Amino acid sequence: MIDANSSLTSYPEMVLMVMACVILMLDLAVKTPLRNATYGLTLLTLAVVALMEAAYASGGATYFGFGNMVVCDPMGNWLKCFAALATLVTLVYGRPYASQRDMLRGGEFFTLSLFALLGMFVMISGNHFLVIYMGLELLTLSSYALVALRRDHATATEAAMKYFVLGAMASGFLLYGMSMLYGATGSLEIGAVFKAIATGHIRHQVLVFGLVFVVAGLAFKLGVVPFHMWIPDVYQGAPTAITLMIGAAPKLAAFAIVMRLLVEGLLPLAIDWQQMLMVLAIGSLLVGNLAALAQTNVKRMLAFSTIAQMGFVLLGVMSGVVNGSTLYAANAYSSAMFYVVSYVLTTLAAFGVILLLSSEGFESEEIADFAGLNQYSPLYAAVMAVCMFSLAGIPPLVGFYAKLSVLQALVASGETAYLALAVFAVLMSLIGSFYYLRLIKVMYFDAPVTAAPVVASADVRVVLCINGALVLGLGLLPGGLMALCAQSIRQMLGT
Amino acid sequence: MGLLSLAIWTPIAFGIVLLALGRDEQARAVRWIALLGAVVSLLLTLPLYGQFDTASAAMQFVEKAPWIDRFNISYHLGLDGISFWFVLLTAFITVVVVIASWESITTRVNQYMGAFLILSGLLIGVFCALDGMLFYVFFEATLIPMYLIIGIWGGPNKIYAAFKFFLYTLLGSLLMLVALIYLYTQSGGSFDLSLWHALPLGRTPQTLLFFAFLAAFAVKVPMWPVHTWLPDVHVEAPTGGSAVLAAIMLKLGAYGFLRFSLPIAPDAAHAWAGLLIALSLVAVIYVGLVAMVQQDMKKLVAYSSVAHMGFVTLGFFIFSPLGVSGGLVQMIAHGFVSGAMFLSIGVLYDRVHSRQIDSYGGVVNTMPRFAAFALLFFMANCGLPGTAGFVGEWMVILGTVKFNFWVGMAAASALIFGAAYTLWMFKRVYLGPVANDDVKALTDINAREFVVLALLAVAVLWMGLDPKPFTDVMDASVAQLLSHVAVSKLN
Repeated sequence: MIDANSSLTSYPEMVLMVMACVILMLDLAVKTPLRNATYGLTLLTLAVVALMEAAYASGGATYFGFGNMVVCDPMGNWLKCFAALATLVTLVYGRPYASQRDMLRGGEFFTLSLFALLGMFVMISGNHFLVIYMGLELLTLSSYALVALRRDHATATEAAMKYFVLGAMASGFLLYGMSMLYGATGSLEIGAVFKAIATGHIRHQVLVFGLVFVVAGLAFKLGVVPFHMWIPDVYQGAPTAITLMIGAAPKLAAFAIVMRLLVEGLLPLAIDWQQMLMVLAIGSLLVGNLAALAQTNVKRMLAFSTIAQMGFVLLGVMSGVVNGSTLYAANAYSSAMFYVVSYVLTTLAAFGVILLLSSEGFESEEIADFAGLNQYSPLYAAVMAVCMFSLAGIPPLVGFYAKLSVLQALVASGETAYLALAVFAVLMSLIGSFYYLRLIKVMYFDAPVTAAPVVASADVRVVLCINGALVLGLGLLPGGLMALCAQSIRQMLGT
Repeated sequence: MGLLSLAIWTPIAFGIVLLALGRDEQARAVRWIALLGAVVSLLLTLPLYGQFDTASAAMQFVEKAPWIDRFNISYHLGLDGISFWFVLLTAFITVVVVIASWESITTRVNQYMGAFLILSGLLIGVFCALDGMLFYVFFEATLIPMYLIIGIWGGPNKIYAAFKFFLYTLLGSLLMLVALIYLYTQSGGSFDLSLWHALPLGRTPQTLLFFAFLAAFAVKVPMWPVHTWLPDVHVEAPTGGSAVLAAIMLKLGAYGFLRFSLPIAPDAAHAWAGLLIALSLVAVIYVGLVAMVQQDMKKLVAYSSVAHMGFVTLGFFIFSPLGVSGGLVQMIAHGFVSGAMFLSIGVLYDRVHSRQIDSYGGVVNTMPRFAAFALLFFMANCGLPGTAGFVGEWMVILGTVKFNFWVGMAAASALIFGAAYTLWMFKRVYLGPVANDDVKALTDINAREFVVLALLAVAVLWMGLDPKPFTDVMDASVAQLLSHVAVSKLN
């Protein structure tokens, strides 16, 4: 089972796990309130892991290890690299916030984040139902604990409870679906499942029955309608730093398991799951955008906006197979991947500004709290405005090219229904642009309630500026990231 | 770096520097740097005039470089006779607006000037882009600075106006985005405009494309009945914002018709020309009548803009050289005249803080020099021969009479309404005895305002007295466009 390739596929995971344990131990000796030593070591670990993944990815090779249970391919490597970077950025933004809210009494904020990231890595590399499930559980269990980290805070505890109950149900769905597929195909390994289904000898009803549960479980993790109920409550209830932890990097992992399960494993059933995804996507675009209009809380508004944005990702995923032909598959899936990556990048910067404006005893959560930001902190207002325009899909920002890629994937299919769906999607993003614009209006057009300039430590300031500049810079020159997504998806599909 | 790239990126670079480094404490320096940026940008566009070959209908000053390989999008710029004057017009109006806003903007000066410089670069980009997606990126990106300009420095109802402006125009352009992607897939994966012009398309796709483009461009022009955003936005926008909006942003829509709708979907354009002509006539006549009853000077000029742009679209959809050239000349003339009208209103507004016509009366007594300039611009607005406003309208009417006598007659009758609302406003604001203490206290224009108005006055007179350089540049390209549009794409 364990051969030379096995360790090759999982060096970054090993580094991550060992360092998570080391940091857990070392932290016992750390006494400073901001936990500088733990923080520094965590960032170092994340940077090293991200570099390792980038090196793997640019090597461009695909390895299988542990008896085909684990796969190491460029798509996974890039997603892991981005997830590590997103976690790093989250910790930079979140540390001052966490320390002001008594969440840094121990080093759990850092170690749990590392374990959550390890869970994402395992999900992304999983080539086996149980490996994927195991990674998912590691991620979600760490996330439940992170949400509950502020244990004497009523809404955070409530959010943790809600997250736990609904998350456990979703995991159950996924596991149930996987067991049905296992029963029908006799294998847990994704490649073998694909081959078994492709023979066409397996009863369709059983497969579809399993598929429904798998899709429901995935929809839960992505947070799309009608499995979205937990998203607004958890986003709003969790401490903002943790909201970012569960709202950014895990989307990359969720996208990866969608690719692994639905594309690598169940592509012969595409005609079935594409219809399901279409319904989910339409619902998400509709509910996410309309409900976001009515929100006064920024975190809740961004939660509904996430639902709508994930609807767009699904539009990309569902346009891969047209009339049984996989000619457009690479095009469609890479557009979805680009969408997820650019979404995570933008979300990080947007939450970075929210975290920055929150100070001790003041949660900058209401839209009104941003009033007049441009007058006392024009730089941070500009970063937030860039993020909002990007999420609304206005060029020349990265969010526009994400929408362009997905719309192009829909139109390229040549199906009239998909063309109509593209028109529907742009109309929904018109509605969406209203609530993004409203936040910009509050920042730029309204009079400020406070005149105290925002203070930020150097690390936060630098990372936030780079992050904002990337949203704009990738808007001016998106070609590199697009090519990277296209290349790694093509290799994943083996075309 | 080519001339066109310089024309686009110089103002943007100045704008970014101002945004990054400017502070209100150094407002004076900010203004001078903004003026320097605008003037340098204008000077950079002047060599274009010297090097432009008027005999050729081909794209000139072409720059092409790959931009986004994945979708075969290129950074492809070029100018022909149709787009040529708008580049110069944009750079010119930006200089004028920077000078005009010198004293009236006192807060966040760096953001105001920066937004205008960036907007100027983006607008030039729209006119130069020869790649469908590059065009769209510039076209949409202009919304961001304009939204902020209206929302931050606008009047009391600015937030409503900013949202109405943004959402109204976004709706139209999103449909165009789908059309662009459709053309991309139909042309085998290219956003190259010349390839799209040659692309054969069936009747139904052409019709759908035509209406998708119409949604984007009709809102921008704006054509009746989707013009309702314009008066609201003009009233609330700061003077400079109104000037750029009327002088240049409205032209994006009309320019889009010539660059996209007509050459890509010629059969649909011919089939639906009747509708477009009818809408244009409604704009010219009905909106002209609406202008007559306005009490607010900016609203009146806004409605008059809609009517004047009606002449432009009317000229385009009769498919004759006179009509298309006339429409283009009218666009440039309207750029000078409407810019001048809004800046004149700004001069009064800065002093009295009212836009209502009945707050004034007898301004000529206290501001004689200003009233002389205003008289020239008002005359140009109603199309007096010898001013810029006359040439385009006359060409369009001439072309229309050839096309159909009754349509020409209806269009010509609109000149009377134009004269009526313009002259009536002039009488009520400027002539007669001094109406109240506000007017009594008015001081005549200072040297800075004199420069602004004189620049525009020279432009208005030059174009009116010697329009030949303007039409010479256009002729070859217009002829080529019309011969292209005359050929059906159906087999």
